[in-house]
Amino acid sequence: MKKGTDWRYRVSNREAIMGTVLAILNFIWWYAFAYGLGGRPIKEYTYIFGFPAWFFYSCIMGFVVFTILVWIMVKFFFKEVPFELDETSDKEEGDAQ
Amino acid sequence: MNWDVILPLAIFLILVFLVGIYTSRHIKSGPSFLQDYFLAGRELGGFVLAMTMVATYGSASSFIGGPGAAYQLGLGWVLLAMAQLVTGYFTLAVLGKKFAIVARKINAVTLIDFLKARYESKWVVILSALSIVVFLFSAMAAQWVGGGRLIESFTGVSYTTALFIFSASVLVYVIAGGFRAVVITDAIQGVVMVIGTVIILAGTIIAGGGIENIMSELRAENPNLITPYGSDLSLTPLYVSSFWILVGVGVVGLPQISVRAMSYRNAKAMHRAMIIGTFVVGFIMLGMHLAGVFGRVVLPGIEVPDKVMPLLALEVLPGWLAGIVLAAPLAAVMSTVDSVLLLVSSAIIKDVYINYIKPDAEEQFVKKLSFGITAVVGLSVFAMAINPPDLLIWLNLFAFGGLEAAFIWPIVLGLYWKRGNANGAIASLIVGVGSYMFLHLNYPNLWGMHTVVLPILLSLIAYIVGSFTKGVRPHTNTF
Repeated sequence: MKKGTDWRYRVSNREAIMGTVLAILNFIWWYAFAYGLGGRPIKEYTYIFGFPAWFFYSCIMGFVVFTILVWIMVKFFFKEVPFELDETSDKEEGDAQ
Repeated sequence: MNWDVILPLAIFLILVFLVGIYTSRHIKSGPSFLQDYFLAGRELGGFVLAMTMVATYGSASSFIGGPGAAYQLGLGWVLLAMAQLVTGYFTLAVLGKKFAIVARKINAVTLIDFLKARYESKWVVILSALSIVVFLFSAMAAQWVGGGRLIESFTGVSYTTALFIFSASVLVYVIAGGFRAVVITDAIQGVVMVIGTVIILAGTIIAGGGIENIMSELRAENPNLITPYGSDLSLTPLYVSSFWILVGVGVVGLPQISVRAMSYRNAKAMHRAMIIGTFVVGFIMLGMHLAGVFGRVVLPGIEVPDKVMPLLALEVLPGWLAGIVLAAPLAAVMSTVDSVLLLVSSAIIKDVYINYIKPDAEEQFVKKLSFGITAVVGLSVFAMAINPPDLLIWLNLFAFGGLEAAFIWPIVLGLYWKRGNANGAIASLIVGVGSYMFLHLNYPNLWGMHTVVLPILLSLIAYIVGSFTKGVRPHTNTF
């Protein structure tokens, strides 16, 4: 039998890495805008739609941008794989469903 | 009594109740009973999956404690809450296809089934079952207190009566319908949460005279309310960032979340769930916490943070609409509790009883036992919640942190690191839970971070060191 060479695992590993990278980018975006713009003296704050700029970019735009990035990642880079392969069930469990 | 508030709520409760009864008819008897009762036969579609993850994860703290904290601390707390955006996609991307494939291969129904097959160790199973039962039990108690207080606050009935109404409705649909009832009611509850968020946010903005006006009033009251640092400057960047571990990426280690990764129908469902889940988590967290901040302008001087949301809804909305909105936190609480309840009973029945006490138990008996244990666990939580401990949000986070420290590495490295073995998993479980409890009690927020950060690092080290010890060979057959 194949040991750890199941091609679906390679797909899964790659996607787990992509998800992790996106999470890191998300953190950087969130942190950089929040403390980059929000760390200034309050008198120097600028406002967008009434929100302080740091909040608008970090929380509101961050939410919009990363939802779109997740959509792009899933649509274009994630692969559909079958969860059940017929060849694997020839051993042990005959799956009584 | 405020009947126009109570009526929509009552309708909501009855609806949820009916779904439970309805889905109970779908439970198959025969060999697939356990899979069906505890995993809905692995056939969740994308929308239901996204909603059940969000609803399970979005608990009383997102709707009650969180907005209350935002009310007190300002935009800095909303920033902190937005760390949760990542849970919508990170959890599913990491557990991903591999967890689903493996779970099917080994016929796993619970998280512990997975750990058992991966590590082939009795101690891993026992320690995991123990942590699930202990931590989730206390998490549940906190949530039930939240549910009871919520009903109490807007119906005016006594706390005990409120708790009884809440417990009865949850117990009926969970016991009768199992996981399928849980996820379908979760989906309804998720939708209610989204609608509730829109209404309360819009109502608060209107009542506050627009965002610009609200912001300038907040600035006039205390300029720190509109900084990332919190009204009392207590929110340091390091502390806020550490919530990325607790409520963001660490959520992978929560059993009630990871078990859902066994239940999707196919890859497409998982993909859709990632997109929908990210949007819904972000939307609810942003909306509810912002409403909490804005509420400070609309209703100044609320002393008990947990009451901010209910009071705000009653203030800014007409009664019937307030009823719908207040169904949202109730939905959040119920949908967290129902999953956890099922998880605790599955740990007892499937992981302990069938594994070690009576592996050849008869199908009919297991079925009765499943209903019975679920009921007993539910009733004991009810008993615990009658005399509630304070500080809902912290009790809840205590359980979160403990479970994350215990399970994150045995799950994630169990999936992706071949060398990981039973010694590593056991070390990781013990060090994770032990150091979390020790630090939480003795040195909370060490070096200005949330307590969870260090135990997660320590349990990682323990896992790696444990896995390199001799005696147990890495196990690679199934994975």
